[in-house]
Amino acid sequence: MKQLFFAIIAIAGIASLSAQSAEEKGLQIAKAAEQADLGFGSSKVKLKMTLKNKNGQTSERYLETRTLELTEDGDKSLIVFNSPKDVKGTSTLTFTHKVGSDDQWLFLPSIKRVKRISSNNKSGPFVGSEFAYEDLSSQEVEKYAYKFLEEKGNLLVVEQDPVDPKSGYTRRVVTYNKDKGYRIEKVEFYDRKNSLLKTLTYTDYKLYKGKYWRALTFNMVNHQSNKETLLKFEEYNFDIELSDEDFTQVALQRAGQ
Amino acid sequence: MKIIYIIFVALLCVGFNMHAQNDDTKKTVQEFELELEGEYRYFYDDALFEEQEDHFPSLAIRPEYNISWNKGYESINFKGFFRLDVDDERTHWDIRELYYQKAKNNWELSLGIKKIYWGVTESNHLVDIINQTDAVETFDGEEKLGQPMAQFTWITQKFGTFDFFYLPYHRKRTFAGDKGRLRFPVVIDKDDLEYESGAEEWRQDLAFRWKHYFNAFDIGLSYFHGNGREPLFTFDTTGNINAFYPVIHQAGLDLQITHNAFLWKLESIYRHAEAQEFVALTAGLEYTFSNIDGNGLDIGLLGEYLYDERDELALNALQNDIFFGSRIAFNDTQDTSILIGGISDLESSSTIFSLEASRRFGSTWTAEIEARIFNDIDQNEFILSNFREDSFLRISISKYF
Repeated sequence: MKQLFFAIIAIAGIASLSAQSAEEKGLQIAKAAEQADLGFGSSKVKLKMTLKNKNGQTSERYLETRTLELTEDGDKSLIVFNSPKDVKGTSTLTFTHKVGSDDQWLFLPSIKRVKRISSNNKSGPFVGSEFAYEDLSSQEVEKYAYKFLEEKGNLLVVEQDPVDPKSGYTRRVVTYNKDKGYRIEKVEFYDRKNSLLKTLTYTDYKLYKGKYWRALTFNMVNHQSNKETLLKFEEYNFDIELSDEDFTQVALQRAGQ
Repeated sequence: MKIIYIIFVALLCVGFNMHAQNDDTKKTVQEFELELEGEYRYFYDDALFEEQEDHFPSLAIRPEYNISWNKGYESINFKGFFRLDVDDERTHWDIRELYYQKAKNNWELSLGIKKIYWGVTESNHLVDIINQTDAVETFDGEEKLGQPMAQFTWITQKFGTFDFFYLPYHRKRTFAGDKGRLRFPVVIDKDDLEYESGAEEWRQDLAFRWKHYFNAFDIGLSYFHGNGREPLFTFDTTGNINAFYPVIHQAGLDLQITHNAFLWKLESIYRHAEAQEFVALTAGLEYTFSNIDGNGLDIGLLGEYLYDERDELALNALQNDIFFGSRIAFNDTQDTSILIGGISDLESSSTIFSLEASRRFGSTWTAEIEARIFNDIDQNEFILSNFREDSFLRISISKYF
């Protein structure tokens, strides 16, 4: 019922875009994007992360991520490292919250320790990559303030200002594709001095179950350091039917053993 | 013979790996890994006791094999270990893990040899009691021997996680041999230590733990009844040492509060045996300045207070001490990290400084440097005074296959 309500709001909102402020329009686009992705339940995907430094030298990591969709609060996710081999089995469990800081646990396989870690470090790099922790966490509508910027054909450009002062960004400029389920095509990140820091482009989109768009390639370019990180995803598995029991500290240890 | 057995197991695993599958939804997934490590420990002060060596080149091998099926909800996991060292007692092998596991809905069962870790603090691990410490392997006591067990875990969303352990066999602690450092004047042969229990190592032990989290709080309550993991040293009127493994009851509490960049930590135990009863606690905090340079540099500050009612009989000599340290993580592609710190006795001059640094080279090599410096150790320290000339540097290089 609640979902239907939001859907009506979103559709009604988009139908009457001209009568709205840029803030309202931006929020409605974000909600429409969230609405379009509702109901996927759970997924699992393997990916290869390639880190490229400014001299073009590369190093690779293999990961697997599992996601559980929650509607009343943010999603739960579990990430397992498969390589480099010295960190194989290192895993993180994250409970995203729509409001307030996320809960996060780290599993260290060498000593079998589960450690609750601070989610304070949003702006720090994820395993030496150009992705910050906040770039990879579940994108909840409540985490930003919005401003519609422009419409270019089927593309809608929206500015998103992070609510959390601990974010590493003053703003993100996000390009949505309204004809393709409001999937995101590109994000530009502006640092705390409001200069362009990074650009993330999503390509190789694939439609799953006739509804869910997933980009199989993410390319993050850091314009200030000239470093790049490329994520190449294998096929998503949406039939895995994961539940809350697959996102516990017990499951975290099992995933990394 | 033991070595041949390990090599046999390793070869068997390589054989299995040839048929490895990758589709984890229907089929089985197998993985085999091998770590080879070369290590060199150098004790730069003249030995306190005769026969002790200064240089300890050493080799270690760590094979690992996993097979899982039923979407990963059932698996068999193996982790072996073998070390060749100058000290005959440090030359040892172990099955760190070899267990079958099945998980279904809200429960999980493990049968076999396994390692369990409990606790939150960094400088001391009071609550952690399931596995025996591999005391010859590392100085910090974080390496453990594999423990035979049946573990049943029941997970509830509202009331937390309940862990039940049945531990049918006790493993004795190994102490350094004649040539080894970090020992007492008399070499302790582990086979000379006896048990309070008539059933000896076959005493059937039990343990229980409840673990839950609410918002910023992570809490664990545990109870253990069985053969103690630490031997108890007592003295008769003529000064003779009598050492044995007592039957103990131990209740433990571990608590962490995670608030912004602060981690507040507390571990405490109450242990009761016929010959001994005491309370110990470790409490402290960790604060991390993250991404200082905008490039991922994290600097964490650690401070902990350690108390042990056993006073000078505390085996780890941490009876009324302060730990201070810093963890520096560069978050670079090589995962470079450094941990420096010290433990200082509040009642004497004794301080132990430590440094641990590690870095990856390429994608399959890692290097580690460790230093432990015993500084101004009080001659009256019952245990620590034996180690006062045992400051050392360790370098190790590992290759992963």
